[in-house]
Amino acid sequence: MPFVLRRLLVLLTRHIDGVLLSAILLLMFTGLLTLFSAANGSFGRLSDQLINMMVALGVMWAFANIPPHYLMRMAVPLFLTGCALLVGVALFGEIVNGARRWLNIGITRIQPSELMKIALPLMLAWYFNRNEASLKLRNYVIAAVMLAVPAALIMRQPDLGTALLISASGGYLIFLAGLPWRIIIALAAAAAAGMPLLWSLMHDYQRQRVLTLLDPGSDPLGAGYHTIQSTIAVGSGGVLGKGWMNGTQTHLDFIPERTTDFIFAVYAEEFGLLGNAALLGLYLFLIGRAMVITANAPTLFARLLAGSITLTFFTYAFVNMGMVSGILPVVGVPLPLVSYGGTSLVSICLGFGILMSINTHKKLVQT
Amino acid sequence: MSELSINPGIEIRDSERELQRFRGRLALTGIFVLLLFGLLFLRFAYLQVVQHRHYSTLAEANRISVLPIAPHRGVILDRNGVLLAHNYSAYTLEITPSRAGNLEQTIDELATIVEITPRDRRRFRKLLEESKRFESLPIRTRLSDEEIARFAVHRYRFPGVEAKARLFRQYPQGEIFSHVVGHIGRINQREIEQLEKSGRLANYRGSDYIGKTGLEQSYEAALHGTTGVEEVEVDSGGRAVRVLSRTPPVSGNNLVLNLDAKLQEVAYQAFGDRRGALVAIDPRNGGVLALVSKPGFDPNLFVDGIDPQSWNELNGSPDKPLLNRAAAGTYPPGSTFKPFMALAALFYGKRSPQQVISDPGYFMFGGHRFRDGRPVPLGAVDMHRSIVVSSDVYYYTLANELGIDPIARFMEKFGFGSRTGIDIAGESAGVLPSTEWKLRRFKQKWYAGETISVGIGQGYNSYTPLQLASATATIANDGVMYRPHIVDYVEDIRSGEKTPVEPKPLRDLALKPEHLKVVKDAMVGVNKEGTSARVFADAPYVAAGKTGTAQVIAIKQGEKYVESRVAERHRDHAWFIVYAPADNPTIALAVIAENSGFGARAAAPVARQVLDYHLLGKLPAKPAEAD
Repeated sequence: MPFVLRRLLVLLTRHIDGVLLSAILLLMFTGLLTLFSAANGSFGRLSDQLINMMVALGVMWAFANIPPHYLMRMAVPLFLTGCALLVGVALFGEIVNGARRWLNIGITRIQPSELMKIALPLMLAWYFNRNEASLKLRNYVIAAVMLAVPAALIMRQPDLGTALLISASGGYLIFLAGLPWRIIIALAAAAAAGMPLLWSLMHDYQRQRVLTLLDPGSDPLGAGYHTIQSTIAVGSGGVLGKGWMNGTQTHLDFIPERTTDFIFAVYAEEFGLLGNAALLGLYLFLIGRAMVITANAPTLFARLLAGSITLTFFTYAFVNMGMVSGILPVVGVPLPLVSYGGTSLVSICLGFGILMSINTHKKLVQT
Repeated sequence: MSELSINPGIEIRDSERELQRFRGRLALTGIFVLLLFGLLFLRFAYLQVVQHRHYSTLAEANRISVLPIAPHRGVILDRNGVLLAHNYSAYTLEITPSRAGNLEQTIDELATIVEITPRDRRRFRKLLEESKRFESLPIRTRLSDEEIARFAVHRYRFPGVEAKARLFRQYPQGEIFSHVVGHIGRINQREIEQLEKSGRLANYRGSDYIGKTGLEQSYEAALHGTTGVEEVEVDSGGRAVRVLSRTPPVSGNNLVLNLDAKLQEVAYQAFGDRRGALVAIDPRNGGVLALVSKPGFDPNLFVDGIDPQSWNELNGSPDKPLLNRAAAGTYPPGSTFKPFMALAALFYGKRSPQQVISDPGYFMFGGHRFRDGRPVPLGAVDMHRSIVVSSDVYYYTLANELGIDPIARFMEKFGFGSRTGIDIAGESAGVLPSTEWKLRRFKQKWYAGETISVGIGQGYNSYTPLQLASATATIANDGVMYRPHIVDYVEDIRSGEKTPVEPKPLRDLALKPEHLKVVKDAMVGVNKEGTSARVFADAPYVAAGKTGTAQVIAIKQGEKYVESRVAERHRDHAWFIVYAPADNPTIALAVIAENSGFGARAAAPVARQVLDYHLLGKLPAKPAEAD
């Protein structure tokens, strides 16, 4: 191989983690396969999603090449911008489908909560890293406030799903940063006591989702319809599944949102318990690899950021599959790397890009 | 030195300890991940293994829908193959109220695309009250191709509104056959219950209509056919995606009638604008050749539910177009009862044919003067003459001599006072008076004076034209009585197999031929030299008849019935019974023309036109005029 080409290849792949990439590609392939069936064998969505994947992999490559300390410098401005935009949404946001989530910035509309998904872990990781030498209870309180402000703003939009996911990503980070156990226990107790308060703060449709989860049959044509039909799809799949392109629930239009949030119902119906086990295994493999990267990260900033990204990814997968199989309420969370849609694909690949960067830049840091 | 050496050491230990602590926490989250994924796996296993059968069933139930395919209803044909009821395919516009939102608004908007008359709206509102919200109800029927095309363009604006291709029942002969053929209509709750009780409801899945009256009702089982079944795969919107299996429906059987459509029409038109009824029977087998009740109504109005205004018009009309006068209307038979009375006299041996009775124009009984309306008394009357000129006194005295119960016992054999068993519903039994009947009906004993007017067919006597036609046919057929039946045979259109409605001899009255001859000769005499001689003066065939007049109101003692002084609806009904040809009868009939006075004047000309057509194929130029 000519020297120039070999050099280029090294340049391109230097910061790519082969193990992570292969797991990601396998999941993406699974997604395309399922999407093809969910779209009744049409290539329209498939080619759209292929483009999304290319873009997402490009973003991943780009972030893999950004050394972690550059990211650290971006943490504060990104977080402040995110908060400002969220306030902007609350004040001037556009209402779409009853929720104020979008901000028109002249050129295009943006959804600042998406930005917060990466800005918040960055900020918290930066903050804990800065105070690494002398972590006191006060630091955890301040971190909690930094978490609570954007979470509250997003919850008010209202966007319960994103608010919970962002809270989770911050929560994991604070936990990994060494939040004392006595505080954790106290918080758990307070949370249990605060449930009624949370209930009173929820919007009607959010309460409805919780109630519907407890008894989907209470509203079989309304809020419970999604859960009932997706549960039927999963259950009727059996051990071996009905076979690719053969899911009746899927192809007769019984599964709502079957290319996006409910794509797992399509997958489970057609590939059965074996397919589900394989998918869980694939996710575990990806998460496991990410955890190894996290454990070996050189700085506290890198460790906390990597841990948060890893566990948030897990949360997406768990919440989505739990929702489709009827053990969690219906929140708008896609199945990571599988569901159709560019935004989530890009933000997840961006996270894996950061993980790869952390893994491949540590030698430089150490030397 | 010590500080220098210790400090880095502490720092290294510290960060080493921090790392260990971090890895410990990370391991905990790893366990957390495994636990939750384990929980997911258990959930999948529960759904996909333990509950698999349950969810498979639900998925199948989601997927497969069994759709009934309504069979084609059999058609009804007259004896010559003329269509009396048939089906044609056309479009209806139907609304499912539960899916349509604001109904008024939907209908208003529809009205801008296809014509919707106020009558359509009224009918729809009535259907709406009678139906469930999820049933699909027609707002417009029989849409033109152009209207369908226009609706198709705007379809998206109308959720819950559908254009359906459907078979319509049509009665091309309209009101002429309204009481015989009857009509179908939308199945109501009571009929659903009846079908359920008889175990036939399953066969009506997919059928919206059922026979309501006439032959449509009485031959419902033969006409309806067997509903087919289609198993289809449906999507979540309930739209059929593909057919999995199909059991085709079996079309209903056709009815071929004894009825002659042309004869029926001749009879119907012969009445002109008078009300009345006519029943013509083939005496040799009981086949009904014509069964007319005038006025009729357009049965097509009822097929898709009649609108309230049209219903009120029909139901409230003093002409009672909905009443089947032929089978359900009862009238005193008047003098048409006399031939039967004469047979009774001979049967009981009370009078010989030659025995002469003096007719002074009245008959005194218990201080009551029973009149004979004519101005000049008849004088000496034997049995033959009593029928030919229709002597009242002859029969007053005869009735008195016979007594009411022997009369009733004899008349019962001719079917008076009991249903003939014709193959349409709604028949009246009429009233055959007897001591037992009066006791049952009024809880009173019978007075001998009441027997007198029974002898001339007045009093409590009350029979349907059908009973009179059947009794006349029995005389014509020498005492062998058949059950009148409209349907000749039921035809299976697939196999071509014909199942005849067997002529059923009800009974042989065992009348003596010499007795019959006396009465039959007298009835020939009626048309030759008697009360209806003028009507049959130029007839090229010999017909045996009897005129009659049924009183509508009682005339007081010492008063004379003057037609012009009596309100039209209180005038007497005109009767005529006849069979022909006299020596080998092929038709026997009874006609009543309501409020038309003396029988020979109004009823006999109607009968003449019917006989002329039946025997000679002669079509009348205009309605029968009163003689």
